[in-house]
Amino acid sequence: MRAQWTDHEVEQMIGRLLQIGVMIAAAVVTVGGAMFLVQHGRDPVGYHQFSTSPSPLWTLGGIVGGVAALDSASIVQFGLVLLIATPVMRVALTLVAFARQRDRLYIALTAVVLALLLYGLIWGRA
Amino acid sequence: MTLDIFALLVILGSFLAGLLGALTGLGGGLIVVPMLTLLFHVDIRYAIGASLISVIATSSGAAAAYVREGWTNVRVGIFLELATTMGALGGAALAGFIPTRALAALFGVVLLYSAFRSVQTREEHAIDGPSHPWAKRLRLDSSYPTPNGEQRYSVQGVPAGFSLMFGAGILSALLGIGSGVIKVLAMDRTMKLPFKVSTTTSNFMIGVTAAASAGVYLHRGYIEPALAFPVMLGVLGGALLGARILSRANVKVLRVLFTAVVVVMAVQMLYKALKAGG
Repeated sequence: MRAQWTDHEVEQMIGRLLQIGVMIAAAVVTVGGAMFLVQHGRDPVGYHQFSTSPSPLWTLGGIVGGVAALDSASIVQFGLVLLIATPVMRVALTLVAFARQRDRLYIALTAVVLALLLYGLIWGRA
Repeated sequence: MTLDIFALLVILGSFLAGLLGALTGLGGGLIVVPMLTLLFHVDIRYAIGASLISVIATSSGAAAAYVREGWTNVRVGIFLELATTMGALGGAALAGFIPTRALAALFGVVLLYSAFRSVQTREEHAIDGPSHPWAKRLRLDSSYPTPNGEQRYSVQGVPAGFSLMFGAGILSALLGIGSGVIKVLAMDRTMKLPFKVSTTTSNFMIGVTAAASAGVYLHRGYIEPALAFPVMLGVLGGALLGARILSRANVKVLRVLFTAVVVVMAVQMLYKALKAGG
């Protein structure tokens, strides 16, 4: 494999990555959502008031644990995390591309963007 | 109301928002929060979380097509994403301290401004002016495809554009929107990029901007799966259909219709903000 990717090749890879990420996330969310409605479709709606009591659905570990137990809300939430991760993966791919082009300035810029995104997604701090 | 009826109605409403958003180029995210809070009486924090999810889905889907066609300026996108992600994290940090009434008022103002921008006629500008010194250093100048080969363009107003993007990031996090109107304003008007490069690069950046605050909000419980899934699937479905029928649609009429919807929602949001105060 050549060490460098051309800008055009990078654009094609980014496009494909975004497309696949959204498709997988939408598929997982659809399956989880259908399961959720079968199980909870007759429950009353209660989203007019915000619930401040922490839930396992608020942490990445809690979501993965729920998916393992086949909990429908956790499966939906896992699909949503995959969706949030899609642009983050795109930034990571761009970082690899700049690294292959030995573009130091853009390696640094992209690394900062990626660090900010991971900080928010993993630790939930802002 | 039971959850199954609620999910069905939310999917339908979100589908319409996504369809009109794609056909008019304003994006469906702009009216998802007003729709959820005003029509479905959802708490604005859940509405913001669900809206950000729909914004990531539609912008990533559309960006996939544009970036492959060579319109998107990836370097401009990455450089400005530094500003939008910092703004989005700052906005997410601020969000907890801002009363929901003030958020509703801010939303009303942003909706009115977006409506105003959408009816304004676009001014053409030269794309070959002198590059800003930072644009040279950052190698932002690029080209876009035309039937007669690549057309070069230069980039101006880099610091001003960067600052505007920071503001776009804050608004995106506070209101759960893509802030495409401000992103395009920064690139088209301030940085003098060609219009289609501005819109496609804006779209490219929206997913990253929204992901920054959505990641934080996940840990704060703003992302409610039972609400976010019908919103995401509805808006995505509407946006996909919109992109498919765009060439056959009467965009002018739809634009007037959508602008009217945005103005009505703006007034309602402002009324809600004031009423709660009295």
